[in-house]
Amino acid sequence: MSDFAEILFGLGDKLTAHIVLAASAIGLGIAVALPLAVWASRSRTVAKVALGFASLVQTIPALALLALFFPILLSLRAVFGEGLPTLGFLPALLALALYALLPILRNAVTAQANLDPGVLEAADGVGMTGWQKLRLVEAPLSAPFIMAGIRTASVWTIGAATLSTTIGQPSLGDPIFAGLQTQNWTLVLAGCLASAALALIVDALLGLIERGLATRQRWQWIAGLIAVALGIIGALTYQSGGDDEDTIIIASKQFSEQYILAQLIGSQLEAAGFVVEYRDGLGSAVVHNAVASSAIDISVDYTGTIWTNNLKRTDNPGREEMYQIIKTWEAEENGVRVLGRLGFENAYAFAMREDRAAQLGLTSLDDLVTVAPQLTVGGDPEFFERPEWIAVREAYGMRFGETRNFSPTFMYNALTSGEADVISAYTSDGRIAADKLVVLEDPREALPSYDAMLMISPRRANDAELIAALQPLIGAINVEQMREANFAVDREGEGKLSPKRAAAQLAEEIGLN
Amino acid sequence: MQTPSNLRKPPKRAEAISTAPLLTFDATTRHYGDVIAVSAVSCEIAEGSFVALVGASGSGKSTLLKMVNTLEAPSAGRVLFTGDDVTNQPPAQLRRRIGYVFQGIGLFPHMSVAENIAIGPRLAGESLTAGRIGELLEQVEMEADMAARMPDELSGGQRQRVGVARALAIEPELLLMDEPFGALDPITRDALGETVRDLHDRLGLTTIMVTHDMAEALLLADRVIVMDAGAIVADCSPHDLLAGQGGEIAQGLVAVPRQQAEKLAAMERE
Repeated sequence: MSDFAEILFGLGDKLTAHIVLAASAIGLGIAVALPLAVWASRSRTVAKVALGFASLVQTIPALALLALFFPILLSLRAVFGEGLPTLGFLPALLALALYALLPILRNAVTAQANLDPGVLEAADGVGMTGWQKLRLVEAPLSAPFIMAGIRTASVWTIGAATLSTTIGQPSLGDPIFAGLQTQNWTLVLAGCLASAALALIVDALLGLIERGLATRQRWQWIAGLIAVALGIIGALTYQSGGDDEDTIIIASKQFSEQYILAQLIGSQLEAAGFVVEYRDGLGSAVVHNAVASSAIDISVDYTGTIWTNNLKRTDNPGREEMYQIIKTWEAEENGVRVLGRLGFENAYAFAMREDRAAQLGLTSLDDLVTVAPQLTVGGDPEFFERPEWIAVREAYGMRFGETRNFSPTFMYNALTSGEADVISAYTSDGRIAADKLVVLEDPREALPSYDAMLMISPRRANDAELIAALQPLIGAINVEQMREANFAVDREGEGKLSPKRAAAQLAEEIGLN
Repeated sequence: MQTPSNLRKPPKRAEAISTAPLLTFDATTRHYGDVIAVSAVSCEIAEGSFVALVGASGSGKSTLLKMVNTLEAPSAGRVLFTGDDVTNQPPAQLRRRIGYVFQGIGLFPHMSVAENIAIGPRLAGESLTAGRIGELLEQVEMEADMAARMPDELSGGQRQRVGVARALAIEPELLLMDEPFGALDPITRDALGETVRDLHDRLGLTTIMVTHDMAEALLLADRVIVMDAGAIVADCSPHDLLAGQGGEIAQGLVAVPRQQAEKLAAMERE
């Protein structure tokens, strides 16, 4: 439990980032929603269009909305120049503000529509101008309802802000995502608890303001307002400085290996005197674009991923040639420097329980074809959409009885519990050895290679000092070493390590220190 | 209820007033699509008069009234107030010269009685003293210490008294009343009617009151205009109406309170 307290108190900077982000998003939402509500109260068409738009936005999953702002902002660079940030605070702010729009707008419009017509007639009758009517009558009478909308929006936004981790904005989602990937439930719990507590406190304070406005108790809503303002000011003061130009930003995707490698790279650079910052748990699709646009300085990506996702190729020229083509393409197309391969592959492979494979007499995908119709295959959420899956189906004529999606973490559990017979495993995964799994051979070479590569953004591509500090990592890690480090993070119980500790152990193993 | 016998004498004030009318309807017309609410009404209202606009629901009397303070805009024709077309001036400026009391009352629920009464002067950038607010409350027969109350602490009759005080606070050149007592119980209604008539006389007001109740019109006004289907069908003094003038529709409306009064008198004799 002292461990838990330590983690919880260590979340200070995530909490302040979370508060600043959520407060800004709600502030922006209010700034847009209120004038829009006034306009909507004067025009039925505007009301329809504005509410329709806000409802439509609400139907987009928050995660998708956040991710959508990356390409939008990227294309807006044509207008606003290269300085426009495409990751981090700006897209998170815009997406969350859009999300906050609906409850505020809807309550404001409803409050206006429900105002006593007699009171409005009196306002006109006594000779109020439109502005006076708004200021003296409509606004004060709508205020409690608008406040209720702001309250709803705030609770939503504080919850949804945890998802901004996936687009590189630090928040209380950082411990949640990191914990989910590394099966560190203490971390998950700490993140959830902090986020929920923040939401409850804000809800209570805004509730105080709402009741103060409704019952016309001036001290009550002013006290609530002051408390909220103090919280935001406190967070802003605590959040020192912001990004330094010289800080090296290291990305990781949402799985343990990525967290470990980011830490490994980070400690290597810190030893060389660099200041580093981590953007953990980014969406896989976001990372490549982020490096290409220099929003991120360093990432680890895989040849097979770039080959299919970015080069849009489906052929398989073989491991070495694929790497060379990608290296040239990255340099020419994006200015991204592929510094080299780390030495191991994290490829897709079909894995089974040893006893089950023996029972069915399977050693390769060729053997699997005949029994596949009686079996269930499990894959990560993107696998069945990927060209690898299509390639395997076409190369072998593979047809499974059932296909099921699992999160990467639970996929292995599904195999052990028998919910899946075959899974699309990752070759560097520590659980292959730990769970005594058999990796089926791929004699027709349908599955492309997935060499881990060190990618450097155009901004840092020619930084000799940086390159020199990273050079020792090239070709340094073999697949057994990576599996061991991954398993140390993924495992349960004794021997479970944080990514940082596993990275330190890995560094020792490969002789860096 | 008062009986027709203590009916007010024909107007004293009207003859004494200058010839220029305070208010002129000049072929004033209002239609909503194909529906005609007010059809080319022309008439003049002299300063100092108390005019009742009477008619059944949908006769256009409220619409005609609201075209004076431009809550409704004429589709054709004009309304002249002190000689100027009302649509040619900023609505807010015009309405700060005209008191408006209506059935919905419309007290601002978030303002105290004092703030409600002071709203008109406040809009014009002036503030009322507590003494003046007390005086206005007294005029509508309320205690001065009601000033601090909120509207939801008042009875319906008290609210409308505050509504009248609010209209009087601007020292209006014209007082418009749209079914002002329509939502009140008969006793309150009668008392408030008396209050308004007394104020009219005491303050030298010009008052136009819309009502569907002919008895109320006969008892309070010194000129009764009867409307039907958007047009004026009778325009005479209460005395002339009771004497049988004004035509069939007007007499139909007069017949109701008269028969009620006769029945009540007959019952008393039994």
